[in-house]
Amino acid sequence: MQVPAPFEYERATSVDQAIGLLERLGSSARLVAGGHSLLPMMKLRLATFDYLIDINPLHAELGYIRVGAGEVRIGALTRHRELLESDELAAAFPIFRDAERVIADPVVRNRGTLGGSLCQADPSEDLSAVCTTLDASCVIRGPGGAERVVSMGEFHVGPYETAVGDGEMLTEVRLPVRPGGGSAYVKVERRAGDWAVVSAGAAVWLAPDGTIADARVGLAAVGPNTTGIPEISAALRGREPAEKLYEQAGAIAARSCDPATDQRGSADYKRHLADELTRRTLRTAVARARS
Amino acid sequence: MTAVQEPRTSTFDDNDQKPVGFGRMLRKEDPRLLRGRGRFTDDVQLPGMLHLAILRSPFAHARVVSVDTSAAEAAPGIRAVVTGAKLAELGLAWMPTLSNDVQAVLATDKVRFQGQEVAFVVADDRYSARDALELIDVEYEVLDPVIDVRQALAPGAPLIRDDLDGKTDNHCFDWETGDADATAAVFARADVVVQQDIVYPRVHPAPMETCGAVADFDAVEGKLKLWSTTQAPHAHRTLYAIVAGLPEHKIQVIAPDIGGGFGNKVPIYPGYVCAIVGSIVTGKPVKWMEDRSENLISTGFARDYIMRGEIAATRDGKILAIRTNVLADHGAFNGTAAPVKYPAGFFGVFTGSYDLEAAYCSMTAVYTNKAPGGVAYACSFRITEAVYLVERIVDCLAAELEMDPAELRLKNFIQPDQFPYETKTGWVYDSGNYEPTMRQAMDIAGYAQLRAEQAEKRSRGELMGIGISFFTEAVGAGPRKNMDILGLGMADGCELRVHPTGKAVVRLSVKTQGQGHETTFAQIVAEEIGIPPADIEVVHGDTDQTPFGLGTYGSRSTPVSGAAAALVARKVRDKAQIIASAMLEVTVADLEWVKGSFQVKGDPGKSVTIQQIAMRAHGAGDLPEGIEGGLEAQICYNPSNLTYPHGAYICVVDIDPGTAQVKVRRFIAVDDCGTRINPMIIEGQVHGGLTDGVGMALMEMIAFDEDGNCLGASLMDYLIPTALEVPDWETGYTVTPSPHHPIGAKGVGESATVGSPPAIVNAVVDALKPYGVRHADMPLTPSRVWDAMRGRATPPI
Amino acid sequence: MQVTMIVNDAEVTREIEGRLLLVHFLRDVLGLTGTHWGCDTSNCGTCVVWLDGEPVKSCTVLAAMAGGHEVRTVEGLAKGAELDPIQEGFMQCHGLQCGFCTPGMMMTCRALLDKNPDPTDAEIREAISGQICRCTGYSTIVRSVRWASVHEAAAAQTEGAQA
Repeated sequence: MQVPAPFEYERATSVDQAIGLLERLGSSARLVAGGHSLLPMMKLRLATFDYLIDINPLHAELGYIRVGAGEVRIGALTRHRELLESDELAAAFPIFRDAERVIADPVVRNRGTLGGSLCQADPSEDLSAVCTTLDASCVIRGPGGAERVVSMGEFHVGPYETAVGDGEMLTEVRLPVRPGGGSAYVKVERRAGDWAVVSAGAAVWLAPDGTIADARVGLAAVGPNTTGIPEISAALRGREPAEKLYEQAGAIAARSCDPATDQRGSADYKRHLADELTRRTLRTAVARARS
Repeated sequence: MTAVQEPRTSTFDDNDQKPVGFGRMLRKEDPRLLRGRGRFTDDVQLPGMLHLAILRSPFAHARVVSVDTSAAEAAPGIRAVVTGAKLAELGLAWMPTLSNDVQAVLATDKVRFQGQEVAFVVADDRYSARDALELIDVEYEVLDPVIDVRQALAPGAPLIRDDLDGKTDNHCFDWETGDADATAAVFARADVVVQQDIVYPRVHPAPMETCGAVADFDAVEGKLKLWSTTQAPHAHRTLYAIVAGLPEHKIQVIAPDIGGGFGNKVPIYPGYVCAIVGSIVTGKPVKWMEDRSENLISTGFARDYIMRGEIAATRDGKILAIRTNVLADHGAFNGTAAPVKYPAGFFGVFTGSYDLEAAYCSMTAVYTNKAPGGVAYACSFRITEAVYLVERIVDCLAAELEMDPAELRLKNFIQPDQFPYETKTGWVYDSGNYEPTMRQAMDIAGYAQLRAEQAEKRSRGELMGIGISFFTEAVGAGPRKNMDILGLGMADGCELRVHPTGKAVVRLSVKTQGQGHETTFAQIVAEEIGIPPADIEVVHGDTDQTPFGLGTYGSRSTPVSGAAAALVARKVRDKAQIIASAMLEVTVADLEWVKGSFQVKGDPGKSVTIQQIAMRAHGAGDLPEGIEGGLEAQICYNPSNLTYPHGAYICVVDIDPGTAQVKVRRFIAVDDCGTRINPMIIEGQVHGGLTDGVGMALMEMIAFDEDGNCLGASLMDYLIPTALEVPDWETGYTVTPSPHHPIGAKGVGESATVGSPPAIVNAVVDALKPYGVRHADMPLTPSRVWDAMRGRATPPI
Repeated sequence: MQVTMIVNDAEVTREIEGRLLLVHFLRDVLGLTGTHWGCDTSNCGTCVVWLDGEPVKSCTVLAAMAGGHEVRTVEGLAKGAELDPIQEGFMQCHGLQCGFCTPGMMMTCRALLDKNPDPTDAEIREAISGQICRCTGYSTIVRSVRWASVHEAAAAQTEGAQA
């Protein structure tokens, strides 16, 4: 079996101690949580670091799902399994359970974390699309306990690149809760546990009169970045939910994305999926918002 | 809504623990494996053992200009660094392949595929060995690679095998079978001719345990002990003797527990030879275990056939002839593991289960800058390709004739009274009764109801497909008159010793990789000599402990070694009968065998058990004249023919019209492998093969980019089905014994891998009928199905 | 660095490299070779062990990360001579052939039954979907887990009746 190149193992004892270590060790150090993206890359020697700082000991501190009236806060070390199993989270945002059912596999979900997924910033990664769909903001803590809060758009700088700087750590994700909401996620994969060919998330918020107060769509694996598509939101706002409208949204999704042909599928097919899955998730999200 | 028959599920209440003989019996090998007490190659730990890692080429085709190992040699914990140049000094840089080609152990002149072995490091531990690879500096002069197999013979194509004297192109071999003129004549007068290009892409067996070895060379004794992941320990021993120049009696090859083989562990890989050299050079035991990427990029692949199929028939659906032309990609070295007179393996059975007037195949094989191999992945020596071709083209004909594919097959089967049946390509099918097998599969499936359901769904725009395949396999290679591998006849030895207390040891030349030999061979012997299977120890996998034979692949264990086990037991029984006659003071002819004892005919009160006879055979007192003491025998079984199992498979798929995702809803497999020794194990063999079929049909493929980079180099990229992609298998069986096998058994290990891919592809194509699709190549990933739905189906290579 | 953990109920302390993977710690350092490995990328699941009672892929966990935690491997499944019902189920229902993926499969299935004593076939398939078996085609593994489920329920009932 492949093995990683040598590194020093450091164990975090608190968030601030971990940040202190990052500050001291600079870019030669990397945080590791679940490790299911990082360690395989290190084993294949696609990534090497002099230091790995194990933040799993911070799970008690950073593993939480707090559902408040206007906001859900999730600690960065919350594991996939915890996100999947949380009934409170599923009630607020069913999109999470939809997505978590199809992220990697159950054993990997026992270790992998929300923060690790977002910080890996893989364009095919599902939770980034979920957080984009839900208009999440990310809490990044730096030296001396300084915190800054950035939107998903700001957080996700590019493929495998985030706004988290040296000496900083993602600690929490915040999701605004608005009335009349419904959400859904669909992923097309070649096989269970594979990365998405394309996946789509949708969230809608219905006004009391049944029209769409707001809506967001987030796609994964259709371009270098996992971002929302503002044009879709603009097209849906104020409208009555209807198949025609979903078709319109799907068409926007298809022309707004920039997929590449690879082993998972042709660019044409992915573009088609962006359309198809946008329609499907909007349909489900609206049905859920109504119920 | 049409009622759909509920899938049949087997219960676990039929656990019939027979004291003797055939039937469902729990496996003798399970207790150790369930407790984590199996002993696989990587579990072997020897005192002072070192670890070996191999540096591989990042390029598909490049000249090796220089290899600088000085930094690696200076690294901590490094005991040896060996290059191709060093091996060349020892005369070990090249080794023979199983197809009489040669393959580089470590590259000396050029690298010819990505992942080819360039140098190795031996270190104190596996981490240090891996680290040192980073320190070896190889200068390559990159050459144009030959990746597109269709361009391999084009004028001006880069020459891959310039190591071969006088070689000026990438031609590997030509081969043909059948009668070209007779076939052309039949095609000329046929009402209907259908032609279809069909690609069977390159796939990989990817057993869960990768390949590896532990070599322990004792310089004082001059003896090499090699634990390795081999399906053929005896054949490997002989080859090591040839390669390394070691005397064969000083080589002991031990195949310990093996984590799946599927043909991947038949060839000799450079890594094994490196481990031997490493041990000789360092004087210490050396372990080499390849990682998954190494397994996928460098060891025996499977298939890679580009086939043009043609079928001729009458308007009313009588199939007259089949013709095919094949372009075969053999990679950089011809490492095919097949009988030497069969360079295309048993592809000649492409005539299938049908009574034809003529058949012809022409084939051209070429070298490309890809990994060597070709015969693996439970393919029964290329019958996978043959069955896929015939069962796909028959479906194309059914579509052309607008005839039900089941009806077309039933109309053309070889009839029971035609057996033994000689095909137009010269194979003599031993026995078969195809229609009952087909009917049973249709009954289990509820075929008529499924077609009704499909019609109803189609009217609503839903995509449901029903696919059929019917296969005849040719397994149990093979008769030594025309089958050998590197001059070694494909016979198998077996030795049986009955101890004084009536317990027995049977020694086999074949080796299980999960097929349950320790159980079924005990059952075969038990059936013949009446000693309970629990009292029979099966010894296998150690060349010092077992008689010579060619090993386990091509579904040959039961047809060849199983026959040997039955016959050696009969030989022991014959001797026991003579001893019994003396014990009972009657003539041999007065005795009859009643399982477990010899009885005086007409006097059941007078009998002796096999255990009593065993004690007598070893005990005091005279034995009948001419009879030696002891109760044991050894034979070497040379099969008179292959055995020909058959089966009928039906697959039901649903396709999401919006995403083009294929879901295998049901799969019905009715197999006929002749006499059934252990139904539980047979069912397991079938289930595993069906899962392989789903993998190949829907997701598995070793693809390359235009530079020759392997795009399936990890299990992230090379997808294997999980429990979520496969249905609960529905199985049935018929029994048509082999007339020439001592117990009538035919072998079943590869039937399902061979038979299932066409059923799945036929089902997908059937589902896509509303889109006018007649063919789509594997792997039928959502993207490729979507392309097919748009009339843009393309070959995968 | 030094690491101390509980493996199959016994405390072990060893000097290790920080990069040592848990699977190698178990196999090469402790000699517990029942846990296997089959890939580099945490896709195959032959290396599954329990970390604090949860199945994890030990090829993607550093031995150092397990420091201070409890690990259980296939060697810690049976109680002496008595097989765990999941092991018995795999034997009764032919849930294994080559036996290579089996330890990891059984660790996951045991954990499933501990949480969900009466899983549906679909739940069993989902639970093992991160693990590859190349031999069995999975149906017999599903049956094996059901065998264990049924027999554990029956045993519990008998115990209850006796109490």
